[in-house]
Amino acid sequence: MANDDASSLRHARANPNAAAPSESLLLDDAAIRRALMRIAHEIVEKNDDLARLYLVGIPNGGVPLAKQLGANLREIASVDALIGVLDTTLYRDDLVSSGARPRLRRTEMPSSVDERVVILVDDVASTGRTIRAAMDALMDFGRPRGVQVAALVDRGHRELPIKIDYVGKNVPTQRGDRVAMRGPDDALEVVLLRRAEGKLEPPSGRSLGGGRSSKPSGAGEAGSDGAQRAAGERSSEEPEGAAQ
Amino acid sequence: MMGRGLLGIEELSRDDIELVLDTALKMKEVGERDVKKVPTLRGRTIINLFFEPSTRTRTSFEIAGKRLSADVVNFSPSSSSLTKSESILDTAKTLDAMDPDAVVIRHKVAGVPKRIADELDAPVINAGDGAHEHPTQALLDMMTVLEEKGRLDGLTVTIIGDIAHSRVARSNIYGFRKMGAEVRVAGPPTMLPQQVESLGVKAFTSLREALDGADVVMALRIQTERLAGAAFPTIREYSSTFGLDRQKLRFAKDDAIVMHPGPVNRGVELSHDLADRRPSVILDQVRNGVALRMAVLYLLAGRRKPAA
Repeated sequence: MANDDASSLRHARANPNAAAPSESLLLDDAAIRRALMRIAHEIVEKNDDLARLYLVGIPNGGVPLAKQLGANLREIASVDALIGVLDTTLYRDDLVSSGARPRLRRTEMPSSVDERVVILVDDVASTGRTIRAAMDALMDFGRPRGVQVAALVDRGHRELPIKIDYVGKNVPTQRGDRVAMRGPDDALEVVLLRRAEGKLEPPSGRSLGGGRSSKPSGAGEAGSDGAQRAAGERSSEEPEGAAQ
Repeated sequence: MMGRGLLGIEELSRDDIELVLDTALKMKEVGERDVKKVPTLRGRTIINLFFEPSTRTRTSFEIAGKRLSADVVNFSPSSSSLTKSESILDTAKTLDAMDPDAVVIRHKVAGVPKRIADELDAPVINAGDGAHEHPTQALLDMMTVLEEKGRLDGLTVTIIGDIAHSRVARSNIYGFRKMGAEVRVAGPPTMLPQQVESLGVKAFTSLREALDGADVVMALRIQTERLAGAAFPTIREYSSTFGLDRQKLRFAKDDAIVMHPGPVNRGVELSHDLADRRPSVILDQVRNGVALRMAVLYLLAGRRKPAA
C-alpha cells in the first residue's frame, strides 16, 4: 500500500479534512493473531529451508506483523528468522511531481539478503506498487534466493503483475475506500473506511498531482495506491480482486 | 518555506528544521549500505554553482545528489564565462533555461543566492553566502548534536572564534536557538559583532566562562589572513586564549563534544589531539553532511515555484 501513504492510513482518524466516513471493523486483534498464525503455518509448509527465511516488514504496518510472524515461526518450527524493516519511500514511482515529499520511514536491514528467502510483510496490499518498490529496494541489499509476499489484507485493485503469496483476509473494496490498520502493537485492528454514499470528497492535500478529478469514483482519494492517477480513466466502482 | 528553496536558517520554522533533521537521520542509512544509491532523483539535474572555491561543500553536495541518482553538474567561475564579464544573473538565467531541478549556490557576497532565487524557477539551496548564512552546515551540525545528545532542547552550545565574519556561526545561532538550545559566543572583542546579543545569544570574552556547563563546543575556523590585520591578535595570542585543548575543555561538561566546520587550523582553533579524537566529532559532521544534503535535495529538488 505504499504509494498511498501507510502513515496516513494509520492516522486516518486524525485527518481533519476527511468527511466522517462510515467505518466497519474487518479484523480485530484476535482475528489478526489467528491470521498470522495460519500464515506462519503456510510459510513452514511452503518453504523447505526455514533457516534461510528473512522476514522484512514494510513500515509502518508491516513492521509489527513481521515481528509477530517471527515469533510464530519460533513457536511452531523453532526457527529464528532474520527480521528487517524496509522503507520503500525512496523507490516510489510517484515522486516525480512537484508536491511535498512524503516523510521517510526507517530502514533496518540487519544483514544482506544474499541467498535468503525474503518474505515481504505489509498490512494492506492493493495496487502492488508498494511491493514493486520493496522488491527494487531489496535488490540493493543483495541477491535473494527468492522473494515472497505476505499481507494481512488484500483488497485487490492490482495494477502490476504481483501475486500475494500469503493473505490474511481478502476484502472486497471500492477504490475510494480506505483500509487502515491501527492501534498499539498488542491490540491491532483493521478497519474499512467508506465515504458516505454520493458524498464528494476533495482530494487529500497530499495528492501527488494528476488526481484533481471531481468524479465520484475515488479520484484523489488516498485510499489505494495510484488511485489518483488511475481514477481518471476508471469510473467503475466495481470492487476488483474481490472474487478470490 | 521548503517549497522555495533553502536560503537560510533564519526563515525556517522549528517544524521545517525537524523535518529536515528527521529525513537526514533516515537518509543516513543509505550511506551505510554496500550499494549507496537509491533511484529517487533519477532523471533530475542539480547544478552546483560555486562562485567561491569550496572543495568540501561542493563534493558533499555532489555525492549527495549522486546517491539519489540525480545528474550533478559542477559549474565554477574559473571554467565559465564569468571572466567574460557576463553578469551573475545572466549566468543564472542561462543555467535556468537548461531546466535544472535544483541549483546549489555559493558566493562570497551575502544575498546573492536570494537574488538569484528570485529569478529562477528551480529551487535554490544556499551553500554559503558571504558572512550571511550557511544553512546546510548548521543543519548538519544540529543533526550531529542530535545524534550525540538525543535532543537539542535545553542544551548549552558555545561557539568560539570570529563570530562577526562567520556565516556558520550565524546559521547555527538561528538554528540552535529555534530548537530551544542556549547559545553562547566567545572570542576576542574584535571578533564579536556589536549587538550580537540581539540574536538571543550571550557573548563572552572569557573562554572559561563561556565553556562553563557547555554540552557542545564549536570552534570556528580562523581566517589566518585576517589575524594579520591590526585589529586582531596574533595567531599565537589567539590560540593561547581561545584555542581549545583538553586542558581548557575541562571547564565544559564532562561529556561535552567538540565540533569544527573544517578545515581545522591545527594548533590554532584546536590542539592536534583534540582535532583527531573524541570528544571531537568532526568526521561525523562530514559524514552527516552528505546525508543532510541528501535530505535537503530529496525535499526540494524538482519543486517549482507555483505558477504565477
